Amino acid sequence: MSDPQIATLAELLAGANSSAVRIEPGDDARALLPHLGQLTLVEVTFPKFRDGRGYSSARILREAGFTGTLRAAGDVLVDQLGFMVRAGFDDFAPDVPLDPAVVERTLARYPFVYQKAADARAPAWALREGA
Amino acid sequence: MYRYDKIDQAIVDARVAEFKDQVARRLNNEITEDQFKPLRLMNGLYLQLHAYMLRVAIPYGTLSGTQMRMLAHIARKYDRDYGHFTTRQNIQYNWIKLEQFSDLLDDLSKVEMHAFQTSGNCIRNISSDQFAGAAADEVADPRPYAELLRQWSTLHPEFSFLPRKFKIAVIASEADRAAIQLHDIGLQLRKNDAGDLGFRVWVGGGMGRTPVLAKVIREFIPVSQFLSYSEAILRVYNRYGRRDNIYKARIKILVNELGIEEFTRQVEDEWALLQPLALDAPQSEYDRIIAQFPDPAFDPAAPDSIDVSNPEFGAWVDQNTHFHKQRGYASVTISLKPPGGIPGDASSAQMDIIADLAERYAHDEIRVTHSQNLVLAHVRKVDLHALWTVLRAAGLATANLDLVTDIIACPGMDYCTLANARSIPIAQKIAAKFENDGAAQRDIGELKIKISGCINGCGHHHAGHIGILGVDKKGEEAYQLLLGGSGAEDASLAKILGPGFDENGIVDAVDRLIGFYKSARTGPDERFLDAYRRLGPAPFKDAVYV
Amino acid sequence: MPHILTGNRLETGDVLWWDGSDWTLHIREAALIEPAAIEALIAEMKPAERINDLAAVEVTVEGGSYRPTTTRERVRAIGPSVRPDFALPSLPVDTI
Repeated sequence: MSDPQIATLAELLAGANSSAVRIEPGDDARALLPHLGQLTLVEVTFPKFRDGRGYSSARILREAGFTGTLRAAGDVLVDQLGFMVRAGFDDFAPDVPLDPAVVERTLARYPFVYQKAADARAPAWALREGA
Repeated sequence: MYRYDKIDQAIVDARVAEFKDQVARRLNNEITEDQFKPLRLMNGLYLQLHAYMLRVAIPYGTLSGTQMRMLAHIARKYDRDYGHFTTRQNIQYNWIKLEQFSDLLDDLSKVEMHAFQTSGNCIRNISSDQFAGAAADEVADPRPYAELLRQWSTLHPEFSFLPRKFKIAVIASEADRAAIQLHDIGLQLRKNDAGDLGFRVWVGGGMGRTPVLAKVIREFIPVSQFLSYSEAILRVYNRYGRRDNIYKARIKILVNELGIEEFTRQVEDEWALLQPLALDAPQSEYDRIIAQFPDPAFDPAAPDSIDVSNPEFGAWVDQNTHFHKQRGYASVTISLKPPGGIPGDASSAQMDIIADLAERYAHDEIRVTHSQNLVLAHVRKVDLHALWTVLRAAGLATANLDLVTDIIACPGMDYCTLANARSIPIAQKIAAKFENDGAAQRDIGELKIKISGCINGCGHHHAGHIGILGVDKKGEEAYQLLLGGSGAEDASLAKILGPGFDENGIVDAVDRLIGFYKSARTGPDERFLDAYRRLGPAPFKDAVYV
Repeated sequence: MPHILTGNRLETGDVLWWDGSDWTLHIREAALIEPAAIEALIAEMKPAERINDLAAVEVTVEGGSYRPTTTRERVRAIGPSVRPDFALPSLPVDTI
């Protein structure tokens, strides 16, 4: 599968007729909201894994109803994957390939979560409410 | 106390399994130290001067006798037979080995304990009032809300890679025993005119290189919505907090750069956007958690007056017990500042004794205070003498709460890689001048001396009536002297008095300050801090720099 | 000023000193390293990822033993000054 041409945020805002955009940590994800209808892919970059702004960008896009592909790209490490999935990412382009066995272990790790986030998991309080 | 259900336990167990996996990958060189470091830090494991240091979380500073006994076991089995209680109401061990760490986490998890998020750029352990549930002046027990925050902040998917660490404190009275104005978020539980519970929300306090007192961004957020409101604050911080300079990355800098009005506007806007998402826990969850913090079964017949004719016992009762909401009861502070001791340190044997006493006399509850002491919150006054007798035999009955020898000190350069100077020896030398004379200490009255070994301020020097900051002066340890700070409801930031000192110089300077204060106070009721506020720094400066 | 090489063992966190061919717990067994050679030595060891916080320490040589020039490194070499019961027999504790 080949990606559509990925525009930068500046290009998109300047009117590029692209269905894919890349946003950097300092970009305001909300600037994409008027354009969500044309987008099928948003790539959120993580130049350094310690820079957690991309998690907010992802949740903001999902909260606004974006249903296309949300990709985390860059310094994406296996130990951040669980957080990323919960923040709404469903595609990953790590600089260094991840060990599929470790990825599988990591994503299956937590039987419960405490918070409501951008994934479909029910928080602990919702499970307790039904108990 | 809050007890785990199967969900809480399963999350802790999964976290332990995850970290074991991470440790194994590090030991097999599948990940580098640079990648492993943030992972171990999020499990409370630092590499310090001599070994790994582990910080175990004590949520809002409350633990049971069984948990305290496990802390003693950890000290005995994996460390050197002692632990260090911290200004974050946690405990630290100084001699941990990475290769034993998985077994240690297994042991902790057996008693519903862990080390999650006691370090790293995430939401840290929630702190609270050590007299919660016992204080007569609280509007309600703040701990259920601290527990709600604990769960909300644990492995938060959006806020685990913040610009910097993030500290939240919760109190429920006008008296502030948790230094909320020096936290990233301070929450003060109160009632509005309609009698509903909510929080006054303070944001942007902190110590470190740029000390700032927090500002109020909302006078009242209903308790039912305080988690989503916290989420909004954290989101604004995560998106816009500075990441270009570690010393400007705390939320206090963002608040100052945006201005409080603009910061508040951004939080309110974000919160409005979060409203439709229904992020807050439902009332049933509040009820479930609140039900786990009931009043203990108080003895209604407990006598309110006791025999304090033994002067040593009487002095301890006067100094180290606190007024309790229940007639016939008191809250007891166990001083971890004995003569010649290391502030906050307790041996395994002492921890075991305290666990026994908690079970026997204090409804199986122990609290850790931010001034590095321990509290038994609910003790019948009629049991105080028996309790004191056991404490005294164990070196735990020093009657010095809030006095000149009740000094906060960070581990300093004796243990910490960040430190520029030693803290503990300064505390010991200052205390040595007064520790054998209880009457002299009581005559000086409330005096909070706080010592940090570096600018990060773990020893809260900015909040000291007398603050001492260790600095590096061309490879030599040197000490700055600050006056006039307070971490209480009358919060203020201490200011540097004048040029710094060497180790002996700082000890003498403190002595001269106290001498001057005693000569200048309006009477024994005027505290050191009050005298400083009345007189200003000039006469204190003259007394020190003769 | 002479230098020696230090680090912490990954598995235990122990403070170590390079003796020229291996790591030792005792600073007195350390080997002096030419300042010009330190950077290359650290660069050579770092990829193995077994010793953390590799760093050169400046020392003076007094009566055949090494004394780090900073208090911090003396504390690292000996132990916490407030716990002489834990002191390593590397240097007298009162030399901190």
